[in-house]
Amino acid sequence: MEFFPTPLALAFRRLAVGAICATVQLAPRAVAADFSPAIIFDMGGKFDKSFNQSAGDGAARFKKETGIEVREFEVTNAAQREQAMTRFAQRGTQIIVAIGFSQASAVEAAAKKFPHVKFAIVDGSVDLPNVQSINFREHESSFLCGMTAAMASKTGKVGFIGGMDIPLIRKFAAGYAAGAKFVNPSAEVIQNMIGTTAAAWNDPTKGSELAKSQIGRGVDVIFHAAGNTGGGVMQAAKDAGKLSIGCDSNQNYLHPGSVLTSAVKRVDVAVYQTILDAKNGTWKAGPIVLGLAEQGVDYALDEFNRKLITPAMEAKLNQAKADIIAGKLKVAEYKAK
Amino acid sequence: MSAPAKLPRWAELGLLPLLNLLAALVLSGVVVKILGESPWVAGQLMLRGALGSQEGIGYTLYYATNFMFTGLAVAVAYHAGLFNIGGEGQAYIGGLGSGLVALWLGHLPFFVVGPCAVFAGAAFGAAWALVPAWLQARRGSHIVITTIMFNFIAASLMTYLLVNVLIKPGQQSPETREFGAGAFMPSASDVFAKLGVTLAPSPLNLAFFLALGAAALVWMLVWRTRWGYALRVVGQNQDAAVYAGISPPRVIVQAMLLSGALAGCLGLNELLGAQHRILIDFPGGAGFVGIAVALMGRNHPFGIFLAAVLFGALAQGGSQLAFDLPKINRDMVVVIQGLVILFCGALENVFRAPLAAVFGLKGAK
Repeated sequence: MEFFPTPLALAFRRLAVGAICATVQLAPRAVAADFSPAIIFDMGGKFDKSFNQSAGDGAARFKKETGIEVREFEVTNAAQREQAMTRFAQRGTQIIVAIGFSQASAVEAAAKKFPHVKFAIVDGSVDLPNVQSINFREHESSFLCGMTAAMASKTGKVGFIGGMDIPLIRKFAAGYAAGAKFVNPSAEVIQNMIGTTAAAWNDPTKGSELAKSQIGRGVDVIFHAAGNTGGGVMQAAKDAGKLSIGCDSNQNYLHPGSVLTSAVKRVDVAVYQTILDAKNGTWKAGPIVLGLAEQGVDYALDEFNRKLITPAMEAKLNQAKADIIAGKLKVAEYKAK
Repeated sequence: MSAPAKLPRWAELGLLPLLNLLAALVLSGVVVKILGESPWVAGQLMLRGALGSQEGIGYTLYYATNFMFTGLAVAVAYHAGLFNIGGEGQAYIGGLGSGLVALWLGHLPFFVVGPCAVFAGAAFGAAWALVPAWLQARRGSHIVITTIMFNFIAASLMTYLLVNVLIKPGQQSPETREFGAGAFMPSASDVFAKLGVTLAPSPLNLAFFLALGAAALVWMLVWRTRWGYALRVVGQNQDAAVYAGISPPRVIVQAMLLSGALAGCLGLNELLGAQHRILIDFPGGAGFVGIAVALMGRNHPFGIFLAAVLFGALAQGGSQLAFDLPKINRDMVVVIQGLVILFCGALENVFRAPLAAVFGLKGAK
């Protein structure tokens, strides 16, 4: 349907033709030009220095290694999720990677509409023959971070600051508390959530205030699972001479000597792998669960926190890690009811 | 300082807003140019994305429906001299009302569920506005402060309910199960299909026509009834209202109830019309956009309709822009919206004096 009077429509067509010509000229460079993947970030935005950004890194790595462009879109409201998926599908995208649990229902609707398009969802589950559901065992890495916190704490009080009180964040909190109690049964875990709206993921000032309040109550190690807000938590811990633990991406480098470790979640690897598999024809639908065993989650140890983790702590952590992988140590998972 | 120049009515209502809009778009074009894209291409993409296809128009009007409900809510309160910033929270709680009805009665046919959901949405929204209204009317607590605070209380309540009570068991995302099919607001494409007209699928639904009806109702209430007269008198001069035998506290509470009820209808479009479940943060800032829409529409239902369509077009066209031009991201769309609000709201008098000079009138000195 053309709603536009001819001059504008003509101008647009001329543009389209121009674009096609440009593509033809570029053709020799793009080898597998037929393959076109897309990634849809959720409301946190691509540059949240944490979860979404990690996914973006995975897409960037794919682009760098194969030279194939990964189309992307950041949603700003609920209706745009399915709209963006539909648009990508209609324009010949073979695989659409949706980042974040809130996109699950949109993936379900779009995957039913386009059974020939591959979909992948990170942090959610959709049971359809053309959807890959990628989930992480965050409680396992949180458990190790809880252990680290309790071992490093001098006061026996460790803190947790989450973004919003939602099941995913409770999963972090529960694993962390279990880990702390595993090392020191009398450890006290003080938990706070930042807020009740999406703004909670992007409020470093409030993160810093809550961290100060926890420190005032005797906490000397604070773990954050709060996206961009975590920056404030880590800054406050550093200013007070206390320790903090990063989340999702490896954040040890942010404040060397103050960041004890990070609960790393390799969203980048997962995104890279699913797009690569789709390109190579080895992609499979169904659930994928990435834990310590699959190196999907881990605690981070590098030159920035080397001095904070003593050999005794490291030995204990690696023992627990091996036990969890071997199934000897069970980490209870927070279950959404 | 003398009073701003009076322009002919058509220039005041038509030309001046158009000039302001144009200035905002020109400045946006400059920003697009700085980002390294052609403003001409961007403008076309935006226009085509918003109005160039049935799907685009559907999305534009679907967004406009949300903005109409919240814009009308702000306008009604404004006529009583109240600044209702709580549209977001009232819409959130109103949506809870409609959503609960849809969850419980979804197995019944729509002509039963629909009216119940409309009533519940309006009732819940009104109830959420009642406490700030009462505090303003009887205790003088400023409505701006109380309604803002009620937005946060609404968000906390909804997060609690969606995470602990209403969540569909066994999933990560804080949202309810899907409504029964009887609770789906008929979509525009379904309605027109029955009339033999095929429309491209979009989330546009019956709630759009409800919003138009609400606009007509507001116009009648405010300008054609005794109650509307009382409302406007209270808004302009409370002492005069008392002298005329009108009770300002009563009118204030009534105005806020109507305002909350209008905002509460947002869920009809967003939940029953599009998402078919209650999900976290579903108003998505529409309550705040409603303030801009009401100000731009001069608090008149017809103006609000036009402003709502403009903001709907910006939302839809902007998403198309972000989709097609990788250098333009969603923040750029917010910049454009911000410029439109700036020029049409704060700077609306910039072109008044030059225009008055053109018309040979005495301008402000």
